[in-house]
Amino acid sequence: MNEVLLRSLTPSVLGILVRRGADFAAAEDAVQDALVEAVRVWPRDPPRDPKGWLVTVAWRKFLDATRADAARRRREDLADEEPAPGSAPAVDDTLQLYFLCAHPSLTPASAVALTLRAVGGLTTRQIAQAYLVPEATMAQRISRAKRTVSGVRFDQSGDVATVLRVLYLVFNEGYSGDVDLAAEAIRLTRQLAAAIDHPEVTGLLALMLLHHARRAARTAPDGRLVPLAEQDRDLWDTRLIAEGVAILQAALARDRLGEFQAQAAIAALHADARTAAETDWVQIVEWYDDLVRLTGSPVVRLNRAVAVGEADGARAGLAALAGLDPSLPRHAAVTAYLRERDGDLTTAARLYAEAARQAPNLAEHDHLMRQAARLNARPGR
Amino acid sequence: MARYLLLKHYRGAPAAVNDVPMDKWTPEEISAHVQYMNDFAVRLEGTGEFVDSQALAPQGTFVRYDGEGRPPVTDGPFAETKDLIAGWMVIDVDSYERAVELAGELSAAPGAGGKPIHEWLELRPFLTEPPTITE
Repeated sequence: MNEVLLRSLTPSVLGILVRRGADFAAAEDAVQDALVEAVRVWPRDPPRDPKGWLVTVAWRKFLDATRADAARRRREDLADEEPAPGSAPAVDDTLQLYFLCAHPSLTPASAVALTLRAVGGLTTRQIAQAYLVPEATMAQRISRAKRTVSGVRFDQSGDVATVLRVLYLVFNEGYSGDVDLAAEAIRLTRQLAAAIDHPEVTGLLALMLLHHARRAARTAPDGRLVPLAEQDRDLWDTRLIAEGVAILQAALARDRLGEFQAQAAIAALHADARTAAETDWVQIVEWYDDLVRLTGSPVVRLNRAVAVGEADGARAGLAALAGLDPSLPRHAAVTAYLRERDGDLTTAARLYAEAARQAPNLAEHDHLMRQAARLNARPGR
Repeated sequence: MARYLLLKHYRGAPAAVNDVPMDKWTPEEISAHVQYMNDFAVRLEGTGEFVDSQALAPQGTFVRYDGEGRPPVTDGPFAETKDLIAGWMVIDVDSYERAVELAGELSAAPGAGGKPIHEWLELRPFLTEPPTITE
């Protein structure tokens, strides 16, 4: 049985239950129970209509739970007016679920957890493993999140930008446990792109595909980070790159530029270069100019300084750092890189070591320490 | 079974024998060190003695309650003299002797010149649950 196919039915089944009058929290539990039963039953007895099967079983689970809650009268009312399965528009339901699970009243961590469960159909245990927290903690986070959105009307439209931020967070978490969060984020973004016509949704999808295409080249077999310029480009997934570029071009043709499209354009220019030396840094700087205009983000300015350093020389890159707060994450690492390109190896080594001490994860720490060590160990010093 | 915490210090432990800051090693020596640490954890998983391992950033702050309706008081980053934990490994072993043996192996991780660091690690027993049978 294809587990991903099964999980892809989650949002429409959940939507149908909610439209039949089940409250969101109870419906979500019932769909989870139905998914678990499907995993048990389908391998030996596959249904002809998987979605219809899930709706029927989830509805029964919901009624059982409601009965257990002693809300008998409500159950009987609902049972009496049970509509035919699949009567609700599935696409709209899916979209509503995305909005609900990314509702602005939720914290980012709660929105991520709820999206993975209610839209993605992952179990609480899988989500807990992926985020390295105890299962009981994740269960609490999800049930609190459900309580938070319980008063939100299901047919209310939401802001696509909040949904995109949640999916971006899931993608960036990468990989731990038995669930590939990056692949899951791509799946959920594809599903969203099918439900709504919006250039930033496809922009984010393109961005994810282009980054995912480089995944195999990003770490060495021993776990070391491999910087973009040193990656073995033969390991890049050309099929994903081609798909990402095509999706991006279609989005850009709409002429409604947004930050994810601009980021994807930068990723596409990197993907397009057969060697690091062939990278079109001038065009990359132009996209960074757009990104600065769109976001005003100091982190974007920091990344832009690297691109300027490649396009116009290290001095220009260092000049582009002017006015940026040195306490910005990775400021020391960027400065170290530009100093090295400018030939000031002693300062670069000191800054690499400083950057290592500020690194947010062990892989970056070790990478930056190696850079410091490389410069300190240079011959004739 | 007994559970122990192996504590590694940025500061506050007695100086190691091979006490050279990491940025003064060669890149290959850093790789060898990382490999040794990873191999050690994998081996302890294999023997059923590994529980958890985490690394901490050197930035830290002391925080305390400052009374009703007032924001907490913070102090830090830590002064140079203060003890500073770099990370830990939790092991679940049969005896104190085994814990000491493993801490010794971890302290032998290679550093500058590819030679063991002989770093001082702090070994701390966990307080346990009370036993079921007490009489």
